[in-house]
Amino acid sequence: MTNAPALAPTDPPRPGDARIADAPSDDAPSPHAGGRPSAAAEAAPLLRLTGAGLQRGGRWLVRGVDLTVARGEIVTLIGPNGSGKSTTAKLALGVLKPDEGAAGLTSGVRVGYVPQRLHIEWTTPLTVARLMRLTGPLDDRAVRAALERVGVAHLAAASVQALSGGEFQRALLARAIARKPDLLVLDEPVQGVDFTGELALYELIAGLRDELDCGILLISHDLHVVMAATDRVVCLNGHICCEGTPHAVAESPAYRELFGRRAASALAVYEHAHDHTHLLDGRVRFADGSIAESCGHDHGAAPAHPARANPAGADRTADGDA
Amino acid sequence: MLDEFFLRALAAGIGVALVAAPLGCFVVWRRLAYFGDTLSHAALLGVALALLIEIDVTLGVFAVAGLVALAMLGLQRRGGLSSDAVLGLLAHSTLAVGLVALAFMTWVRVDLLGFLFGDILAVSWTQVGVIYAGGAVVLAVLIRIWRPLFAATVSRELAQAEGLNPGRVEILFMLLIAAVVAIALKLVGALLVTALLIIPAATVRRLAATPEQMALFAAGAGALSVTLGLFGSLAWDAPSGPSIVVAAFALFLASLIPMGVGAARRRERAAAGGGATGGGE
Repeated sequence: MTNAPALAPTDPPRPGDARIADAPSDDAPSPHAGGRPSAAAEAAPLLRLTGAGLQRGGRWLVRGVDLTVARGEIVTLIGPNGSGKSTTAKLALGVLKPDEGAAGLTSGVRVGYVPQRLHIEWTTPLTVARLMRLTGPLDDRAVRAALERVGVAHLAAASVQALSGGEFQRALLARAIARKPDLLVLDEPVQGVDFTGELALYELIAGLRDELDCGILLISHDLHVVMAATDRVVCLNGHICCEGTPHAVAESPAYRELFGRRAASALAVYEHAHDHTHLLDGRVRFADGSIAESCGHDHGAAPAHPARANPAGADRTADGDA
Repeated sequence: MLDEFFLRALAAGIGVALVAAPLGCFVVWRRLAYFGDTLSHAALLGVALALLIEIDVTLGVFAVAGLVALAMLGLQRRGGLSSDAVLGLLAHSTLAVGLVALAFMTWVRVDLLGFLFGDILAVSWTQVGVIYAGGAVVLAVLIRIWRPLFAATVSRELAQAEGLNPGRVEILFMLLIAAVVAIALKLVGALLVTALLIIPAATVRRLAATPEQMALFAAGAGALSVTLGLFGSLAWDAPSGPSIVVAAFALFLASLIPMGVGAARRRERAAAGGGATGGGE
């Protein structure tokens, strides 16, 4: 777990920073469980939401959301379906305008965005190489380098409709990073990717932070695996119900209340020094997909792996074997 | 030896096709075929209004089609209305109002069939000039907004998130379609304008790997349709506007053939392979 994010605090605030005018300049310590004032967030953030809310048809989809992402920081949004994760990201990107509060990017911030849903109809001819240049011109070297980085360089001439789900997600990620963004916003970037590929992609994303020296806002549908490289996990359910380091959130009562005891026990923090993940039922799944009763070594203190500390987990093991 | 009126028609038709087909690619990609239809139906209302207040017909059509396009864009953004119902309502209402208005204007003599089905053989050199000047402006704007318009076509929110301005280019795109409807009305008529937009685009889809290729190929297919249609109408004394559309449709059907042959071959091969593994029946 890296608690010290690679950040660039010496960056002077840019003149355009006034775009989020009504945001308070001093970051009050977060009232939420596990919250910590992040040093990175105090330097000029790349995006900021201040008490942001959005309503549709008289119902608040999200409300009172405070969020910042700074350069060098990885922030992961988790929450149940319909909890407003994508809405929050779209507010941050300026795609949606908040009905209350303020939300938006700091002006001049270059964004690379992987949306949650992107369907390209057959009527639209589009190769991977052309997809890379969707929102701006790029030279061939940049296209090739980005495709190689995510491992789909051989698909440059392929039509996007011919790609598998996982290949398409990688191509979208390559497109986002080829722009050399200041901020990556990845809305469920591992969907359609099998488990092994998922871990590889998470490692790739963690590496991108340093390579691009960017901030990353990651939305994860997968409560079971949260990257250890995440600096802050923000747990959303229409509002921010808790936030903090991955371990702190897993331990927080608000998180447990939201997802239930069993789900809470399943928040395995994926550390990439390890090659396995603790499953909901207490068994262990290795990176190659094989499953065993235990990971074969002592994890020591329980908080690092709540699954082992939870008696419910042990019960599930018995059920699973019956 | 070709008559001069025929050369004028050929020049006008090719000019319109070169502009309409690339724009038509976006109509196909954005699923706006019915939308284009609505605009061209509304064109007849523009004709009536232009004759009523005595302004240039092309200008009147552009104004009315442009207003209808922007109104529909507004409705679409606000959401909540079933868009095909709104389009159907607007298409036929504006067409009917235009027809009724023209019937009441007993003091003007109009060739109604000419506006409904086109009268390409009657274009003057001045009109050919208008087509090329207007077409050049439309193409120049289209090339300028090409990247953001295509990005917004693939994903509006992605384009917006990465700093493009989809709202602005969508408005420009609507006005471009209105302009093409206005300059194409004289050639193929209100009922057939959409054909020049979408059939060439649909014809070349299989041949193109990128959007830019598709636009170029579509322009070629459109120009070929106009040429074949006009020569056909000359040879068989057929109405020129519909002949152009028939030629475009014939090209579209021809574009399906290679695929059909390939599929048949694959089926044969699969059948042969199946027979072999099955021990040969």
